[in-house]
Amino acid sequence: MSPNSAPAQRRTPAPPPGTWLGMPAFPKAAREQLQRAEQRQNLARATTHIRGKRAERAAEVADWEELRTAAAQIKTRVARHLDTYLVQAEEAMTAAGITVHWARDAAEANRIVGEIALAKGVDEVVKIKSMVTQEIDLNEHLESIGVAAWETDLAELIVQLGHDRPSHILVPAIHRNRREVREIFAEEMGRYGTPAPPTMTDDPEELAEAARAHLRAKFLRAEMAVSGANFLIAETGTVVIVESEGNGRMCLTLPETLVSVIGIEKILPTVADLEVFLTLLPRSSTGERMNPYTSLWTGVTPGDGPQDLHVVLLDNGRTDVLADPEGRAALRCIRCSACLNICPVYERVGGHAYGSPYPGPIGAILNPQLRGVASEVDQALPYASSLCGACNDVCPVRIPFTDILVHLRHKVVEHKTEHHPTAEQAAFSAIGWVMADGRNLAKAQLASRAGGAVLGDRWLGNRVIGRLPLPIAGRWLRARDVDAPPAQTFRAWWAARTPAAPPVDGSADAATEDRA
Amino acid sequence: MLGLPGAGLRVALFATCIADTLTPDTPKAVVTVLERLGCVVEFPPGQTCCGQIMTNTGYFDAAVASVRNHVRSFAGYDHIVAPSGSCVASVRDQHVMLARRTGDARLVEQASQTAARTLDFTEFLVDVLGVTDVGAYFPHRVTYHPSCHGARFLRLGDRPTRLLQAVEGLELVPLPAADQCCGFGGTFSIKIPDVSIAMATDKARHVVETGADFVVAGENSCLMNIGGVLHRDGAAVRTVHLAEVLAHTRADAA
Ligand code: SF4
Repeated sequence: MSPNSAPAQRRTPAPPPGTWLGMPAFPKAAREQLQRAEQRQNLARATTHIRGKRAERAAEVADWEELRTAAAQIKTRVARHLDTYLVQAEEAMTAAGITVHWARDAAEANRIVGEIALAKGVDEVVKIKSMVTQEIDLNEHLESIGVAAWETDLAELIVQLGHDRPSHILVPAIHRNRREVREIFAEEMGRYGTPAPPTMTDDPEELAEAARAHLRAKFLRAEMAVSGANFLIAETGTVVIVESEGNGRMCLTLPETLVSVIGIEKILPTVADLEVFLTLLPRSSTGERMNPYTSLWTGVTPGDGPQDLHVVLLDNGRTDVLADPEGRAALRCIRCSACLNICPVYERVGGHAYGSPYPGPIGAILNPQLRGVASEVDQALPYASSLCGACNDVCPVRIPFTDILVHLRHKVVEHKTEHHPTAEQAAFSAIGWVMADGRNLAKAQLASRAGGAVLGDRWLGNRVIGRLPLPIAGRWLRARDVDAPPAQTFRAWWAARTPAAPPVDGSADAATEDRA
Repeated sequence: MLGLPGAGLRVALFATCIADTLTPDTPKAVVTVLERLGCVVEFPPGQTCCGQIMTNTGYFDAAVASVRNHVRSFAGYDHIVAPSGSCVASVRDQHVMLARRTGDARLVEQASQTAARTLDFTEFLVDVLGVTDVGAYFPHRVTYHPSCHGARFLRLGDRPTRLLQAVEGLELVPLPAADQCCGFGGTFSIKIPDVSIAMATDKARHVVETGADFVVAGENSCLMNIGGVLHRDGAAVRTVHLAEVLAHTRADAA
């Protein structure tokens, strides 16, 4: 994103080279991540802890399941009438003194934020943790026009100072442990501002104190802040941010100018709807009954807080998601991260394997919809799940992940086979043919006993293009044995035990159907 | 047969293609238990596969052929019973979706009917026949892995463990992190083999930790996965399908 900024001229720590979409696709990326023993331990410890807390806090709420349903319904209504709500929100925000901008995509949103910064004459901004600005890679755009964007959320700061990428929606540095954080702070803080105290240990208190001191100078200097939003209330034009650390509150009160980049799906119809979401979000997210800081602002209050407020309403693929009746439920997401924490795949590979700042189950269903399924990374994501359904059960807005994953797999298949048949397609057509009739299956079973594989090409002959895409067997056998197939199928056993048994090849099916 | 909970009840066995082909002892055990309880078991020979391997890999058109065959094979039965949570879940949750895509209203109707009549083996025993003690004898220490589809898609709840607890001689020990997926996931196990193996390895480790002689599940694909790792690692724990535990009696032990 910053082709003309040589490393030497950078103001902020450089992220790792390359782009999200330039990373290896999930199967390969996951294999690489699995090798990182320390990261696996960090992830297992953190996710186990946080999902336990979530379960405890959810269980305390007697009408939890009804609240989830209500949240899903409110968000569904928002999606259905998004056009109306967006116009309503724009009118309410404008009336309250907010300048509203519309951005079709990442480039437009970045340009708008950059232009505001340049118009204000600032060369740095402080940032509240926000997923949407990660999505559009705002920091690198600002860097490219000479504006330094400083992350102020503790975990985002760790990621930024660590020349790293976020790996979790809520805790972007979840893959790091205290020892690593200490190393990053000790090494990097001094390069970009107030250094860490030389005596700092890896005690969480001391690390937090170092971050506080490092950030304080930036807060006090900052003339412009950039945020996302958790909710945008259509009725009143109120922007809502929930956070834990209070750094957000600093950004929302100290600078003169505040720009909030907000995905168009963040709308809630009325302030009253917050009742549902402010119960669900903290409990699902951090496992707290209530998050420490909830900020709501409705336009400019003269003499109090930022006097120049901007909201950038961002599409960036969201209307494409909305256009798909099967997939659009993904837009309900309130970024709580419960689906990541519960996911057995995420727990083992972490967030970087998903090729996006949105990892885990929500990433697997959102990225291929926001970005389409043209890239290898996005084609692989719907398959990055064992379809175990654990995410379905924790999502506070009841996103039917497994249905959407299967739907997207179908979209990927359609995309891949649109112009040329593939070997996998041929294999599945062959399986489809076998399974279309009991007689076909019986024949395949006989053949497989001769050939040693359920779909041996010996019998299927030219119905299969080549063989089943091997190295399937090798992938299974790498760490798992299989039993030899039994001497007799159930079908054959049944035929032998019942009177008037049909031949096992099923050629007398009509007779057996009479008997049935 | 009168007086037996299933007396005269006509039941269609959906053996599932995997069990039919690779683990025939499981559907045989279902037949044994159901007949012991008085049911009249039939095996509609046209049956093949629920289609989930195709559906879940994204090959909807290939899966539709399975749906058509399935509704044809099981038409006219009030009780369709299968020893696999994932196959039952596929019939119940996916067949109507697949049928709808064809625009064939008759197929949608047939698929909804079949879906409504299809039960997991444990649901049929506990909910329809109202039994938990099926007269089984299995003098071993076992642990139970609640497969994802049974636990989360069918909401089998404590049905399987109630059935196990009623087995004479059986000692049921809890499995740590029981609700975590074993990592099979159909084509997941070969498309993302490294993660699948990592999950299966953790599951196998938890199984070994229990000190059980057997790990029991209602799903042979999970057992194949967990058992594959156990066997490779030389662990002594064996795998067995729940239906086979329930089929086992004192007479078998003698
Ligand atoms: S998809 Fe659901 S569970 Fe996952 S982050 Fe979004 S709201 Fe939370």
